Order: sequence, then C-alpha cells, then structure tokens
Amino acid sequence: MAMLSVQDLHVSYGAIKAVRGISFEINEGEIVTLIGANGAGKSTTLNTVAGLLKPESGTIEFDGASIAGVQAHKVVQRGLALCPEGRRVFTQMSVAENLEMGGYTRSDAENRETLERVYDHFPRLKERRGQVAGTLSGGEQQMLAMGRALMSRPRLLMLDEPSMGLAPILVEEIFSIIKQLNESGTTVLLVEQNANMALSIADRAYVLETGTIKKTGTGAELLVDDDVRKAYLGG
Amino acid sequence: MQVLMQVLNGLQLGSIYALVALGYTMVYGIILLLNFAHGDIIMVGAYISWLVMAQLGMPPVVAMILSVLGCTLLGVLIDKVAYAPLRNAPRLSILITAIGVSYFLENGAQLVFGADAKVVPAFTDVSTIQLGGASLSFAAVATVVVTAVATVVLTLLVQKTKLGKAMRAVSEDMGAARLMGINVNNTISFTFAVGSALAGIGAILYTMAYTQATPTMGMMLGTKAFVAAVLGGIGSIPGAVVGGLLVGFAEVIVTALGLSVWKDAVVFLLLIIVLIVRPTGIFGRTMSEKV
Ligand SMILES: Nc1ncnc2c1ncn2[C@@H]1O[C@H](COP(=O)(O)OP(=O)(O)O)[C@@H](O)[C@H]1O
Ligand SMILES: [Mg+2]
Repeated sequence: MAMLSVQDLHVSYGAIKAVRGISFEINEGEIVTLIGANGAGKSTTLNTVAGLLKPESGTIEFDGASIAGVQAHKVVQRGLALCPEGRRVFTQMSVAENLEMGGYTRSDAENRETLERVYDHFPRLKERRGQVAGTLSGGEQQMLAMGRALMSRPRLLMLDEPSMGLAPILVEEIFSIIKQLNESGTTVLLVEQNANMALSIADRAYVLETGTIKKTGTGAELLVDDDVRKAYLGG
Repeated sequence: MQVLMQVLNGLQLGSIYALVALGYTMVYGIILLLNFAHGDIIMVGAYISWLVMAQLGMPPVVAMILSVLGCTLLGVLIDKVAYAPLRNAPRLSILITAIGVSYFLENGAQLVFGADAKVVPAFTDVSTIQLGGASLSFAAVATVVVTAVATVVLTLLVQKTKLGKAMRAVSEDMGAARLMGINVNNTISFTFAVGSALAGIGAILYTMAYTQATPTMGMMLGTKAFVAAVLGGIGSIPGAVVGGLLVGFAEVIVTALGLSVWKDAVVFLLLIIVLIVRPTGIFGRTMSEKV
C-alpha cells in the first residue's frame, strides 16, 4: 500500500481552478518529485496535502487514513511535514526557537534527541543557534526551514522548491542533504523548478502542467524524455 | 514633597494606561486587529466589582477575582463570537466589527445598569502607606507595583514559555505556525484571555483610584491607552509600558500646571508629534520586517 495516495484532487482559489483532478502515489522510502512550470499547481498540491488548503473534491490518504480537509496542525502530528515555498522561517525568532517550534507537537525529551540529529545534518545551524533567523543567509534559512520541518520527526517530508534562489554550490549541498535524509529513512516528496537536479535524485517523478499530470515515470526515464527535455531541461 | 506626589500620580495613571495598552498591543501583535472593544472590557470589569461588593455584599477579594475572571471570559467570548468567524475577511470588516462590539457593550451596560454612575466601594481601608517619612497613596503604590509585576510576568510568558513562543510564531506567520502543529485558534484565544485579564486588573486599579463605573468609562480610557500603545510602537510590550507612562505623565503635568482642560488635547498632540518623528512609534519595528 502506498504511504501517500492522492486521487482525483481538485483545488480552487475562488473561481481559479489551480489543481484539476490530479492523482499520484508515494511509497515508503521513495523520493518522488513533482516538476512543472511556475503556476502549474505544485505548491497548491503540497499545501492541500499539508492541510493549509481545503480540497474541493478528491481523496488524500496517508497510511490508509483520509487526511483530506484535516487541519494543518493535526496533519503534522500524523508524521507528515511540509517545508514550505519561500522557507517562511520565523525571522524574528532565534534559530534554536525556530527549531523548537518545529518540535511543537513533540515532547521535550524527543526534541532534545531530534535536535542532535538536525544539528548533525546541518552543523551550521548549531553554530548559529542563538542568531535571529532573519539575519541568516538564504542558504542557511533553507537549512533552518528543513531542520525545523524535521523536528516533527516526519515519515514523509514534503519540500517545496528548496533550491529556489540559492547559488549552485548551495543547491548541490541541499540536494545531497535530501538524499542523506532519504537514506536514513525519511520518505521525500520534492517539488522543484530545477527539474534536472530533482530528476537526478528522484526514484519517480510526475510532470504537472496547468493543474493536471501530463507524464509520469522514473527519474532516469524523464531525464532523457524528449518532451521533458524541451519543456523543463532547456532542450 | 509636592513634586514627589505628582510623580507618583503620573506613575499611577501611567501604569493604568500601560496595563490597558498591553492588551491592545498583544491582540494587535497577533492578529493585527485594533480591538476597539478593549476599553469597554474594563468598564464591564468595573461593573462586576460594583455588583459583587455593593449589590451582593461580598468581600473585595471576591470582587477582584470575579472582575479579572469575568473580563478574561468576556475577551475570549468576543473573539470567538465576533472576530474568529472573520479570520479570513478583509481587515476593515474586523475593524468595523470591533467598533460594533464596543457600541454593543456600552449600550448594553447602559440598558442594564442605567446611564448614571455607580459608586464602586473601596477595596481596602488602607488609604496611605508610610515610606521614609512620606505618606503615599496606597492605591498609587499598589497600581505601580501590580503593573510592574504584570509586565515582567507577561514578558517572561512571551519570551520564555512554549505558549509565548507559539504566540510569536502565529504573529509572524500564521500558515507556517500551523505547519509546526500550533493550533492557531487556541493561541489567539489565549492571547485574548491574557490581554483581557490585564484589562480586568486595570479595571480594579482604575476603580481604586476613581471609584466609579459608567457605561462610557471605557471609551476615553481605551482611547488613551490606544494612543499609548501606538506611541510606544504597537505590538511591542516595552512600548506599551513606556507609552502608557508617557501619556500618564503628560496628563499629570498639564493638570499640575493648572491647564487640566487641555490634558486630553496634549495626549493627542504627543501622538501626532511622535508619529511625525517616528511613524512606527518609539519601540516599533518597521513594517517591512513584519511581512
Ligand atoms: N492565493 C492564491 N489566490 C489565487 N490564485 C492563486 C493563489 N495561489 C496560487 N494561485 C494560482 O493557482 C495556480 C497554481 O499556483 P501554484 O500552486 O502556486 O503553482 P506552482 O507552485 O506550481 O508555481 C496559479 O495559476 C496561481 O496563479
Ligand atoms: Mg510554487
């Protein structure tokens, strides 16, 4: 059984239909990526799964239980975390306080343990733990946003454009951390405009276009697919 | 001696404004709402004290507890009934609702209690305390001490506790806070509860000094405290305290100079000057940081 199963999902903002009947699945242990142009509906999909938006129709099942329309603060308790587009760290709080917020649903004892692991993945966060998050660089803020999402101990981590606005060397670093996280047991749903990088680490991928899924396959297949190359990989 | 008395008067009045301003600032900080009904909550607190002591003949300590409790519940109820359904509505709708709630409370009180002032009995027989040869008003000293303690407790709550941090997280980014597992509605209710409890304490301290409850007493008090919050930088806890003290001292100084008819005007003049020199208030952050 799939860990996350989304079937015929529709989501609208008033009259604007942003997601029009998409279906996809993620199995335990996979890295799955959703790629697509700006405005395709990627963030809308993730935000709906996370409970920030309500679906118009369709089903969302996590571990076999429906989470469609469940409020965001309850979704995270089930082991599903979203690291949102644009990072959205709490800029006026310290790095340590941001991480503490990430572990809001967990006990202090659990948080102490998770914090060690997060600092292992992101040593720079440990160095800067007392610093106000708004003064971090873009790359550091992305690491903080990821670390914060990890504090809830998710079994499925959803990442919305983690490489956005980062220098190539940092993009490499972020992607290698995503791989590490996956190898240590976290299932990953990755949304990216940087299709090249995303496809090269993904087990499977879905191509999203104006709210519908246009293509699906393994990362390796789509990397060499002509249509995908033309549309998303610059030829 | 005369000067010391005036300083104490300024501190006393300023402390009351500060307590009320803290409530404004906390609610504004979390949902960007100018809760115009906040001053009227104090009025309700004053009537509760009057009811409990003058009508039911119960001891002052009961009146104090019920006033604070009543204000706390009222604040939470107002949020749940009037503001929560509008959480995603344009800010103007919520602002107008707040003005509506304020009128509702004022007119409701007038309907129930009548327009004439009710005399709130004294909370204590002690009227002065001796300090190094000087005899100081008990109400004034109690007001200053209570406000100082409340400010420290509030600061610790917001800075150090899990709930306080959740409040700051919600205030900065509601969506991100929800993703952390924070129940945003409960956090907002808690903020209203704390702000309104402070209003309840303010009601007791105010009636200690002025011994009256009237349906419209919350209006001027609320407006002055609002000015204090804006002066200090709305959303800022130290700002509310400094703003409250500034407004209190301005009034006392103007009155001491024999110009008491000008005291309200001076408060608003102060507001205009500060907003020209520093639009975000004394401790205010620039708005761009808040996005
Ligand atoms: N808050 C919103 N209100 C109205 N329309 C929105 C909102 N957010 C996104 N949209 C629209 O929904 C569509 C999908 O957006 P989004 O999910 O953000 O795409 P992506 O993440 O793939 O770039 C776009 O047409 C976008 O303009
Ligand atoms: Mg997006």
